[in-house]
Order: sequence, then structure tokens, then C-alpha cells
Amino acid sequence: MSVLIDKFDVFASGFWLTLQICFLAAIGALILGSVVAVLRISPVPPLRALGTAYVNTFRNLPLTIVMFFAAFGLPALGSNADFLRIPGLDIVFSRLGTDLPYFRFALIALVLYTAAFVCEALRSGVNAVPAGQAEAARSLGLTFIQNLRHVVLPQSWTASVVPLGSVIIAMIKNSALIGFFGVIGDLSQTADQLTSAGGEPFIPVAIGISIGYLIMTVPLGALLDRVERRQAVAR
Amino acid sequence: MTQQNSVLYDVPGPRQRRITLFSSVAALIGLLVGAYFLIYQPLDETGQFSMELWGPLIDPGNENFALVWKRLGVGIKNTLIAAALAIVTSLVVGALLAVLRMQLKGLAQRRYAGLATPLAHLLRGLNLTLSAVTRFCVEVFRGLPVVITIFFVARGFPEFGITFDYLWYLVIGLTIYNSVVIAEILRSGMQGLAGGQAEAAAAIGLAPLQTTRMILLPQAFRIMLPALISQLVVVLKDTSLGFIISYEETLNIGKQIIGVLDNPIQVYTVLAVLFIAVNYSLSKLAQAVQNRLSRGRRTANTSAQQLPPAALASQTEGTGATGGGV
Repeated sequence: MSVLIDKFDVFASGFWLTLQICFLAAIGALILGSVVAVLRISPVPPLRALGTAYVNTFRNLPLTIVMFFAAFGLPALGSNADFLRIPGLDIVFSRLGTDLPYFRFALIALVLYTAAFVCEALRSGVNAVPAGQAEAARSLGLTFIQNLRHVVLPQSWTASVVPLGSVIIAMIKNSALIGFFGVIGDLSQTADQLTSAGGEPFIPVAIGISIGYLIMTVPLGALLDRVERRQAVAR
Repeated sequence: MTQQNSVLYDVPGPRQRRITLFSSVAALIGLLVGAYFLIYQPLDETGQFSMELWGPLIDPGNENFALVWKRLGVGIKNTLIAAALAIVTSLVVGALLAVLRMQLKGLAQRRYAGLATPLAHLLRGLNLTLSAVTRFCVEVFRGLPVVITIFFVARGFPEFGITFDYLWYLVIGLTIYNSVVIAEILRSGMQGLAGGQAEAAAAIGLAPLQTTRMILLPQAFRIMLPALISQLVVVLKDTSLGFIISYEETLNIGKQIIGVLDNPIQVYTVLAVLFIAVNYSLSKLAQAVQNRLSRGRRTANTSAQQLPPAALASQTEGTGATGGGV
């Protein structure tokens, strides 16, 4: 068990790195997912088709393949994802600015993959708003954008929160894959490194890594359960 | 779906349709030009479109074609075997776990009034501990990434001197995670049933276990079928994680092919198409099942009664489908 205390800094830095990528990917996925969701419910048929194609593609691909594409495809396109080296942001999230591009590739893959699920969560919220609301707004002469902004979206948030939360939890868990795609020092890669290269005993390391993930996922899950129960009462 | 969407906006008139048509054509041309300069040219310059790289995958006349597809066939077979085994075991274990948790929940309220006091206390204590243990296990395994579970299984079992085929590490890892998720899906299905079902079963003298087994579980399966099918898509996708423990599934074979032929983009494109085709048809199946269920067996006058389960199912499908996805 002493490895948990001796190598606490290794676990802590792994946790910190995983937290960083989850935070960035969550923001990216929420933004991209909202855009795709608007595309999917927009009045313009080609945009709808585009949104649907995006969702169907990424929802049915294993994240592993998306990661491989990011790691092999982007270099083939001659890009090291340098556009993610945003000045200022790369000081806080130091891995964004390093020369090794794997953190940025993993981030792109996570964002692309999760955005499809975010879109579906948002859309399920929009679908949960009673049809009469949107019809009333239309009969008042509101345009599509006004309709969404003033009538539908404010009411859809409550129904979207729980699905969105489970998407984010799933994303945190999916981020464990980045350690197998060249990102050094996140929680899952730490497990590999400590047990195979460091020769540490397996069980304590496994416990440490599990605690690292559970700290992130369990409280979020409990919070979601609470929200869900409150909503069930409200309904 | 279209009915739901069109609630948000008026049906476009002729002018709107013309504008849409022209702007889409313009946007399409713009996109094609952009794609040519940003995607096609860089790829072409590095020779990614050469027959040398694509040939083994799409040209039957190529010397490697037969071998490549034979290996891919092995990989696909292994993926399907692992997925089928994981699906069956997680359904069985998940159903057992759901029944166990329902039973324990029922027993937690029992006071054992007819028994001697120490014995009653002992039994109650046992119930509470078992309940706490199952709850703990569910929370832990639901919160851990599947990758980590599989990795731990593959590393942990040899630690205790137990070694299996790689296939079984993958199946056990997937089962641990997915059975817990499936148990939760089934449990929420059973709790969503109208209270009268369990009460009626008790009234005709069924024991709690009989009630769960014969009345609640079958209905929960039926209501939660769409969510279960989405979870099965997740299992199929997750078998691709076998590559981290070097199980020879589709992706791993793909990696071996890339190691020899050095054509990563081409191989992954083909694999992506394969995965999308299979998973998309499974998702469509889930949708068809859901549509059928929401229409109900007896239509017309019971449609109002059928609504709650359908709404519940669609809601949990949203969370279930995304609950574990890699």
C-alpha cells in the first residue's frame, strides 16, 4: 500500500492531466454539440442532413477509431493541430502548448466523438418541450431563431440536464483511452507505467487509479440522480 | 421525427425554398473547393490515394487482397465472438443483479417479527450489509472506465496466478461493466412499472422472488428493449478495446496489416465504414423496436395508457446509450 503514499505525486499529476483534458473536451464538445444540434433541428434540409450525418457517423464509430484517425490522419494532412495552441490557454493547460501533438490529437478526437452525444442530449430536451409551446410561438409570428431563443430552449434545459450530465460522465470515462494513444502521464497511462515499467505491485496501483476516476464520476452521478429525482417530483 | 421538427418553424414557401436551393449549391461548391485544397491536395501529395496503398483493400486483383481480407475476416469473427459472449453474459449477470437488488430492497423493510430477537437482528444486518455491498459494487464499476476495467482484469488475474485466453479477459472486463449498466436499466424499468402489478402479484399469493421473476422482469425487458439494444451497440463498439490487451479483434488485425503494408489511413477508413454499417443498422433496429412498442399492442383506446412507459424508455435510452460509450 505504501506505493499510494510514496508515489502520491505521480497519481496526483495523472489525475490533474485527466481533469485538464476532460475540462477542455467538455467545453469543446458542448460548443460543437450545440452547433450540431441547431443544424439538426434547423429549417434548412441540407443543414439537417449534415447534422444527421455527423451524429450517425460519430455515434456508430468506436472512439478508438476516431482516436486513430486523429493520430494518423491529421499528420497526413500536414497538421499538428497547432491551432489549439491558444496563447494564454496553453499556460494554464501546459500540454496544449508542447511540441508533442498527442494531447491535442486526443482532445480533438474526444471533442468530435462526444459532440455527437451532446447533440442528441440537447435534441431530446427540445423534443420534450410540449409541441403547443412552439406552435403558440409560431402563431405569434416568431421566427425560427426567436422561437428557439425565447420559447423552446429556456424550457428544454431542464429536460437536457440529466442526459447531458451522463454524456459528460461517459466522456470522463472515455478519456481513459488517451493514455493508449501517446499521451504520457494521464491516469490510465500512469497505471501502465507504474506496474510494468516501475515494477510496483499491481493491486495498490489499481486502487489508486480507480479512486482517481471515481472521484470524478461518482459525485457527478450522485448529483445527477438528485436532479433527476427533483425533476420527477416537479413533474 | 419530421413531425416533431416541423413544429419549430413554418413550412418554407417557394421563395424560401429557392433561397435554400441556391445557397446550398453555392455552399456545396465552396465546400468542395475547400476540401480539394485542404484535404485532397495534402493527401495526394503524400501519395495517400495511390493504388499501392488502397490496392490490397479494394482491388481483388492485388496480390495481397486475399490475405488482407482473410486476416480481416478473422478479426471480424473474433470481434463478433467477443461481442456475442459479452452480450450474453452481461444480459444474464445484469438480470440476476437487478433481481438481487430488487429482492434486497424488499427484504430491507422486513422485520422478521416471528423470530427470536437476536436472529431477527442478524438477518436484518445480513440484508443491510448485502445491500450495501451490491450498491457499492454497482457504483464503483459504473464509475470506472471500461478501458481501465479490461486493463485491470488482464493485469490482475495473472497476478493471482489465474490465466485465460485473451478473449476471456476482454469478455470478463466488458461483462463487469455492462452487466452493472444493464442491471440499472432493468431496475429502473421495474421501478417504472405501475405499482398495481406487484400488488396484484402479491394478492394472488406469489412470493417476492416469483413476483420479480414472473411479473416485473419480463415487463421491464419489454419496456427497456430499446435501451438494452443501444447498450448492446455500446458493447459491440467496446470490443474494439481488445487491442490494448492484444486480443486479435478487428482493430488489432488492422494494426498488424498497417505494420506490414504501412497504409494506416486506408485501413482505418475501411474499418470505420464496416463499424458504421453494422452499428447503424443495430441503432435502426432499436428505433424500429421503440416505434413498435410506443404504438403498443392494442392501439386505439389504450394509447394514453401506453404513453408513460414509452416516454420512460426513450428517456433512459438517451442516458443508456451514452452511459458507457467508447
